Amino acid sequence: MIIKQISVFVENGVGGISEITKILSDNNINIRSAYVADTAEFGILRLIVTDTKKAEKVLGDSGIAVKETDVIAVEMSDTPGGLGGILDVLSDNGVNIEYLYAFVGKGESGALMVFKADDAQKAETVLENSGIVDINATSVYDSLK
Amino acid sequence: MAIFQPEKECMDREQLKKLQLERLQATVKRCYDNVAVFRERMNEKGLTPDDVKSLADLAKLPFTTKQDLRDYYPYELFAAPMKDIVRIQASSGTTGRQIVAGYTRNDLDMWADAMARQLAATGADENSVVQVSYGYGLFTGGLGAHGGAERIGATVIPTSSGNTERQIRLMIELGTTHLCCTPSYAMYLGETINEMGLKDQLKLKAGIFGAEPWTEDMRMAIQESLGLVAHDVYGLTEIMGPGVSYECDKQNGMHVNEDMFIPEIIDPDTGEVLPEGAFGELVFTTITKEGMPLIRYRTRDLCTLNYEQCACGRTFVRMLKPAGRTDDMLIIRGVNVFPSQIEEVLLKVSGDEITPNYQIIVDRVNNTDTLDVNVEMSEKMLSDDVRSVKAIEDKIVNQLRSTLGIGAKVHLVNPKTIVRSEGKAKRVIDNRKLH
Ligand SMILES: [Zn+2]
Repeated sequence: MIIKQISVFVENGVGGISEITKILSDNNINIRSAYVADTAEFGILRLIVTDTKKAEKVLGDSGIAVKETDVIAVEMSDTPGGLGGILDVLSDNGVNIEYLYAFVGKGESGALMVFKADDAQKAETVLENSGIVDINATSVYDSLK
Repeated sequence: MAIFQPEKECMDREQLKKLQLERLQATVKRCYDNVAVFRERMNEKGLTPDDVKSLADLAKLPFTTKQDLRDYYPYELFAAPMKDIVRIQASSGTTGRQIVAGYTRNDLDMWADAMARQLAATGADENSVVQVSYGYGLFTGGLGAHGGAERIGATVIPTSSGNTERQIRLMIELGTTHLCCTPSYAMYLGETINEMGLKDQLKLKAGIFGAEPWTEDMRMAIQESLGLVAHDVYGLTEIMGPGVSYECDKQNGMHVNEDMFIPEIIDPDTGEVLPEGAFGELVFTTITKEGMPLIRYRTRDLCTLNYEQCACGRTFVRMLKPAGRTDDMLIIRGVNVFPSQIEEVLLKVSGDEITPNYQIIVDRVNNTDTLDVNVEMSEKMLSDDVRSVKAIEDKIVNQLRSTLGIGAKVHLVNPKTIVRSEGKAKRVIDNRKLH
């Protein structure tokens, strides 16, 4: 399914990531996945959180630049062919993957994968039609609660 | 749009020149008789008021500078007895000592006319509700706009500056149609109103924004966020205050109130008068002022005068928006740098409609000048990919190098990191101890 990822601008040395996690936890927003890429001067923190809209608002109000991106989350455990199978289906249908990372779901569900595709809507449709994954797996919903 | 005083604003230029000469001669005589330092400077050049026989003779007269206003502070440049001075205004000046200006009753009267012409040019009349959000006090903005709004018979709301929430509440509840404030404050009001989701409750038609430099893209942003037509106004305390020149609805240069002020463009280095249409330093001679008339006052603003007839019907010359100030110019590693050049690069690279908020920091480390530019991130510049953000930073660095001819360090910072004052924005911090 398509979920929202937020990208947060982090100035190195000025409060940084700890300031962002504190703002989120003070507002009862849980971080489900975090990935940071940085240069010497700044970083971009990609987050999947339990309440995207609220996270954008509280971070924005604190003067932090935030951008929302659509990504695809799928459950990996029962997927025939695993990750390779998913990538093949997408690439056969002309969908390009810009990046992907794992995120740990809740309870029984096991590993979830997040994909950033050049066209999220199309990626979702392709995966749904392929039957290769349960695109609407409840484990994904559960993980965002 | 109505013209407030068509008999002056649309005057035949030959007649205007006659009027200017008469008034210039009277002003030179007034200064010569009452201001010792002016008389001495005239005598040094072997001139008397009788030597002003034509407008061209203006070029022979000595200049007045801002330093003169500091040196002869507070009253030595006044040309009227103190019993006739009814108001003092002052300019804080970002550098150096405060300067003051004195006004007679007639001076205030002329000032009200000048600002009334501006307001009328934006469509304001006796049915309008004019909110003056310039600071009231020694700063000329508040009282200057106030005088003009009363002169046209509008309903004036003298909110002065600050307390943004109250400004917005009054604007909505009292049905403000015309807003007067600094352009940076107009930007801030617009942002806040849109964040609050109140734009559709506004009745604004036009705004008059001046007292600090602003760009065409800021005009577009203000017009969009406040839903009004944004007019530029020019003025300075030394000469009068806002209303020295004013923009009509053609939004293409500001008409100089030439029945009150004679503008010239000079070469800032040599002081030579430049031909029509040339770019250079703007110089004003006041020709109706009694309290503190100034002959050939060097504004340090760099601009061009356009003598083509304006489509609005006014015959007054238009001055184009000053492109910089002779004293804004930073000399960094021997190279002339204008903040406006940096602003243009940021606008182009950010891909946004408005220039990102920025600050220029100049310092000297180990006897070498350093240039740092802090740039606030916008949503447009942000990406989920660190490389594309880095690419924007690199592009700013490269374009600054090619535009300025010197290297700069660029730091992307989070929004609202750079302090935004409700008055003038502090764009340049020069930490070099050069003076
Ligand atoms: Zn015009």
